[in-house]
Amino acid sequence: MLLASGINDSIVVVVLASAVVYGTPLLFAALGELLAERAGVLNLGVEGMMLVGAVLGFWAVQRTGSLPLAILVAAAAGAAMALIHAFLTITLRANQIVSGLALTIFAGAAGLSSYLGNDLNVADQPARHSFSSFLPHSWRTAKFVGPILFNQSALVYGSWVLVALVALYLNRTRLGLNLRAVGESPAAADAMGINVVGYRYAHTVVGGALAGIGGATFTLWITPQWVDGITSGAGWIAIALVIFAFWRPALCLVGAYLFGAFSGIPFTFQARGILKSVPPELFQSLPYVMTVVVLVLVSSAGARRRLGAPAALGTPYVREER
Amino acid sequence: MIRIERRLTQPWWLGVLVPVGSVVVAFGVMTLVLLATGHPPGHTFSRLIRTGFGGMDALNATFVAATPLLFTGLCAAVAFRMQLFNIGGEGQLYVGAILGAGAGLVLGNHTGWLSVPAMILAGAAGGAAYALLPGLFRAFLSTNEIITSLMLNYVAALVIDYLIFDSQSYWRDTSTPTAKVFPQGKNLPAAASWPLSHVGSLYLPFGLLLGVVLATVIWLLYTRTRFGFEVQVIGDSPRAAAYAGMRTRRKILAVMALSGAIAGIGGASQDGDFRHTLDPRGLTSAGYGYAGIVIAALARYNPFAVCLIAFLLGGLQNAGYALQGVDFPSGLVGVLQGLILFCALGGELLIRYRVRLKTRAAAAAEAAAT
Repeated sequence: MLLASGINDSIVVVVLASAVVYGTPLLFAALGELLAERAGVLNLGVEGMMLVGAVLGFWAVQRTGSLPLAILVAAAAGAAMALIHAFLTITLRANQIVSGLALTIFAGAAGLSSYLGNDLNVADQPARHSFSSFLPHSWRTAKFVGPILFNQSALVYGSWVLVALVALYLNRTRLGLNLRAVGESPAAADAMGINVVGYRYAHTVVGGALAGIGGATFTLWITPQWVDGITSGAGWIAIALVIFAFWRPALCLVGAYLFGAFSGIPFTFQARGILKSVPPELFQSLPYVMTVVVLVLVSSAGARRRLGAPAALGTPYVREER
Repeated sequence: MIRIERRLTQPWWLGVLVPVGSVVVAFGVMTLVLLATGHPPGHTFSRLIRTGFGGMDALNATFVAATPLLFTGLCAAVAFRMQLFNIGGEGQLYVGAILGAGAGLVLGNHTGWLSVPAMILAGAAGGAAYALLPGLFRAFLSTNEIITSLMLNYVAALVIDYLIFDSQSYWRDTSTPTAKVFPQGKNLPAAASWPLSHVGSLYLPFGLLLGVVLATVIWLLYTRTRFGFEVQVIGDSPRAAAYAGMRTRRKILAVMALSGAIAGIGGASQDGDFRHTLDPRGLTSAGYGYAGIVIAALARYNPFAVCLIAFLLGGLQNAGYALQGVDFPSGLVGVLQGLILFCALGGELLIRYRVRLKTRAAAAAEAAAT
């Protein structure tokens, strides 16, 4: 027992456990963005959708005390935000990049999420309920794997199920095949009788719902409270993650925990007083710097092999102009 | 039956009508949001307009708020015109502010008038260098510049925090015991204060005038030179540009550097015109860079329109800051900016396409005729 706690207190285990914690919101948001991008819709509003999901999810749990309901509210909020983007880019054929940026400004840290947090009066309150681990104590304290895999919330296991579902959906179902066709060649998909507009709407909105859940992961579990801009750039990291994962769900899982580790390290090191002589800003900049580094590495590899990116990503589909 | 047809010619008045219309529609939607959340809209809007634009004091405060937005708006417009999405104006402005303040501190009061141009150059160089980082990655590795430039915003904010809060850097004031406990930047010497001109009781910051001059230069560069022509061709059709033998890679680097330099001068203007110190909290909480994106998009990347819209959004931001409180909830400015942008994006459709309402019978008749 003593030995077990020794290992479990070691820095390696603590960092790996925090990688899973901080990777979970990234994983939800990245899977959502992956679905939208596979349909050919680039949505740069992830940060905004996450924040609105985070604040409304938190509000729901404060009002009702029900965590499942809070997750539903967060998903609905994210979906509603994504619907704006879908309408502008799919129906009105607006530039996807500018529309996504507009969504982040509209919903983001200085926009709707802050307005709602203020208006619903949920700032600076302790959470009434938050997710916690529910597995048996002996599992959670098991050597090495306990803190990393078993001392986690239902959201973590939910995200694993989601990875499997998205992978199966994309690779093993007719709907998934149609989706890939819409993202690669909407004109060909249209000729096959696939409803391009319908697919794009559905996946953009579902992507928004997942981003909303990702945001709520912060306010309902990781730091159970509402603060303006609580996601601090996680939405942007999630977009980078999709590129890193070459638009594949299983690689999203790997990438999410990699970036989760970078996000968790500043907190872990600060809490443990490790490397006190190094300025904290250096660690805090780690997730952002590493996102740039990883993107650069991936793009130099990706440019050679042209991996992954849906061919029609970012372009509106206009039947008359194909 | 609604039909959407591409316009063959775009009447010029649509380019004016649609942005104005989108602001009107955005205010309409905002009214609904305010009503839904129990704030009296008439009261909020009248205070907003009075605090932003009613009278000399309001206009002076709006000029102060509009100056950085003019720079970040130009920064975004210059790059977006080439479909190069530099979202890093925020971070490039910080770096410009750091180097600009550094130049002002180093020169002190010894060299007199030299301080102001030195600060402008230092700010421009800092912003350009910081923008070249994502620019180089984009040009040589085709790394997505949106995400890399955005990530660098967070890094630049942390650098400013480090310089003032967590180190004994050259920028930090350590002269008095209070300054050691409550970290703040060194005050810039008098020579580093940028000149303030005035027309009657209307004060015009030097940065604002500089920004308008820059807008003119950019307009000339983009409409009257070969460089500008190539930038526009690359923006509109990268493949056509490649076939015509235009050097896209060089243009990416040049445009990124130009874009970053403009934001950097905006940062130096924050030091020289207004704050007179390197002010981490003030700079990083204002969101100048993101507002610049809104401005560039609304201006449809036209530098003169950027000037006008920076003034209008400056008024909005100034009012939002001055009125923050019970009947002017936080986040309202961002919501309003986002709504205006959504409406402008939707309005683009009306510029590029013609929406026609037809009865089903008329459509069938037309189909039968052809």
